[in-house]
Amino acid sequence: MTEFFNQWMSYEAAWLLATICGILLIALPLMLAVAMIIYVDRKVWAAMALRRGPNVVGPWGLLQSFADGLKVFLQETIVPSAANKGLFLIAPIITFTVALMAWAVIPFNSDAVLANVNVGLLYVLAISSLGVYGVIIAGWASNSKYPFFSAMRASAQMISYEVSIGFILICVVMWAGTFNLNDIVKAQQAHVGPINGFVANPLLFPMWVMFLISGMAETARAPFDLTEAESELVAGYQTEYSSMSFALYWLGEYANVLLMCALNATLFWGGWLPPLNVGNVLTPIIAFLASHHMGWLAAVLGLFDPFPGWLWLFAKIFFFFFIFSWVKATVPRYRYDQLMRLGWKVFLPVSLLFVVVVSGYLMFTRYGV
Amino acid sequence: MITVIAFYLFAALTVLAGAVTILARNPVHSVLWLIVAFFNAAGLMVLAGAEFIAMLLVIVYVGAVAVLFLFVVMMLDIDFAQLRAGFIRNMPLGLLLAVALLGELLIGIGAWSVGGIELGEPSGAAAVPQGASNIEAIGLLLYSRYLFLFEAAGVLLLVAMVGAIVLTHRQRAGVRGQNISRQIARRPDEATVNASPEVGKGVQL
Repeated sequence: MTEFFNQWMSYEAAWLLATICGILLIALPLMLAVAMIIYVDRKVWAAMALRRGPNVVGPWGLLQSFADGLKVFLQETIVPSAANKGLFLIAPIITFTVALMAWAVIPFNSDAVLANVNVGLLYVLAISSLGVYGVIIAGWASNSKYPFFSAMRASAQMISYEVSIGFILICVVMWAGTFNLNDIVKAQQAHVGPINGFVANPLLFPMWVMFLISGMAETARAPFDLTEAESELVAGYQTEYSSMSFALYWLGEYANVLLMCALNATLFWGGWLPPLNVGNVLTPIIAFLASHHMGWLAAVLGLFDPFPGWLWLFAKIFFFFFIFSWVKATVPRYRYDQLMRLGWKVFLPVSLLFVVVVSGYLMFTRYGV
Repeated sequence: MITVIAFYLFAALTVLAGAVTILARNPVHSVLWLIVAFFNAAGLMVLAGAEFIAMLLVIVYVGAVAVLFLFVVMMLDIDFAQLRAGFIRNMPLGLLLAVALLGELLIGIGAWSVGGIELGEPSGAAAVPQGASNIEAIGLLLYSRYLFLFEAAGVLLLVAMVGAIVLTHRQRAGVRGQNISRQIARRPDEATVNASPEVGKGVQL
C-alpha cells in the first residue's frame, strides 16, 4: 500500500498514511466481527441449551449486539467514590487497546500483514502478557473486595498458563525455523502429505490440544472463567464498572478470544492456506459449469477463483470460535486448585517434555547429528 | 524523521516515568510508572535494531516480574507516615549513593567526550555472520562461543530455584489433599454398598 500512496507524496508520508489505513482496515472489521461473534456465541449457547437466543432485534436477532452497544453507550458512567479515579478509567482502555495491538502481526494472506516483523510470535506473547494489567489495575483501583479477589486470581492464572504456552510455541518455532508468523504459515504448506498445517504432525498434534486449552485459560473463557465466577465474585473485576468502560472490557475480551482463534489457525492449522494442498479445485468446476449452460453460477464462483486466503483464515477462526462456544456451553467451571494443578503439574511438564522430544527429533532428522 | 521523533518520544517518556517512579506517593503508582519505563526502554531497543532483546524485556519484565511486584505491593498494608519517617532517616545514605552515581556518570561522559574506547570489529568465532537476523546472531554466539558461560548461568539459576523451593517448602502433617488419580480410578461397584437391613437395624459401614 505504501507504493500506492508514494505516487502522490513523499515516502515517509506515504508510509504513515498506509500504516494508518492498514490499522483501520484491521480494527474496524474486527469491531464488527466482535459484535457479530457475541451474537454467534449467544446463539450457539442458546441452541445447546435448547433455547432460542436473541431473536427480537433485526432479522433472526442479528442486530442484538448493536442494540446492546447503543444501550450501554447511553448509560451513565459511575465511578465509585472510594475508587482511584485515574486508574479506574485507564484500566478498561488498557484491556481494549492491548486486545487490538496483537492483531498487527497476524497474516491475513500471503504477505498481507500490517507489521511483517521477524519476532512476530514473541510480539504476540509480549502483548498478550500485557493483557493482565487491565484486570489487575481494575481490581485494585475499584477499591472493592470482589474485584480485588478477581484481580489476584487473574494474575496468577495468566502467568501460570503463559509458561506452558511459551513452551508450546517453542515447539512450533523449532519446526518452522522462524518467529515470523507469515513464514510459519508458509512452513506448513504440504506438511504431512497434502495436508497444510502442523496439526497433522503426530508430534505437534498434542501441542495443539494443549494450546487450545491454554488459550481458553489465558483468555479466561469458560471453563476457566474464575476471574468472573458469578457464584463467588459477583462479576469479578468488572463489578464496579458500568456504561462504556464496561463495554470496553466486553469488546476487549471477545477480541482476545478471536485472537486466540486466529493464533490456533495460524500456528497449527495453516493460517490463510487452504486445508489441502491440491492446487485450485474451483477452476475445473467453473469450466464445467460454463460448458453446461450455467454461466451465471460460473460467474458467481469465478469471483472466488482463486479462493482468497483471508476467507480460509476467517473460516478457521469461526471454526475455533465455535469450539470455544461449545466448551463454554457444555463444560462446568473448574475449581481454582484444579486450574492451578492443570497448568503447573500437567501442561508444564508435558510441554517441556515435548520441547525435548521435538528438538531431538529435528536434530536427528533435519540437522543430521 | 520518524525514527528521530520516536527516539525522543521514547527517551523522554523513559526518563519521565523513571522520575515519577521515585516521586510517586503511592507505591502501586510507582510500580505502574516503572512498567511505563520498561515499555519505553523496549521501544528504544527496537529503534536500536535489537528487537529480540526488546521483546524479551517486555515478556520477562513487564509480563512476569512487574506483575509479581504489583501483586506484592497491592497486598502490602502501607503506613505512609512511617514510610516518610524512614525516608528522613535514610536520607544521608541516599544522598551519598546519588553523589557516587553522579560522579560515575560525569567520569563516563568526560571519558567519552575525550574519545571512546576502540573495541574493533568482532572477528573469528565472535564475528556475527553477515545478514543473520537478531535472534540467529544471538543464538549462534550463545550456543557456540559462549556455550560454557551460558550453561553455567543456567545451572546457577537452577540451583537458585531449587534453593528457593527448599527454603519455602514446608511439609504439613494431616493435610487432606486431593488424589486425582485415585478419584478417577474409583468405580461405582467398589464405592457403593447395596444392603437391605432388617427393620430397626442399621447398616455396618
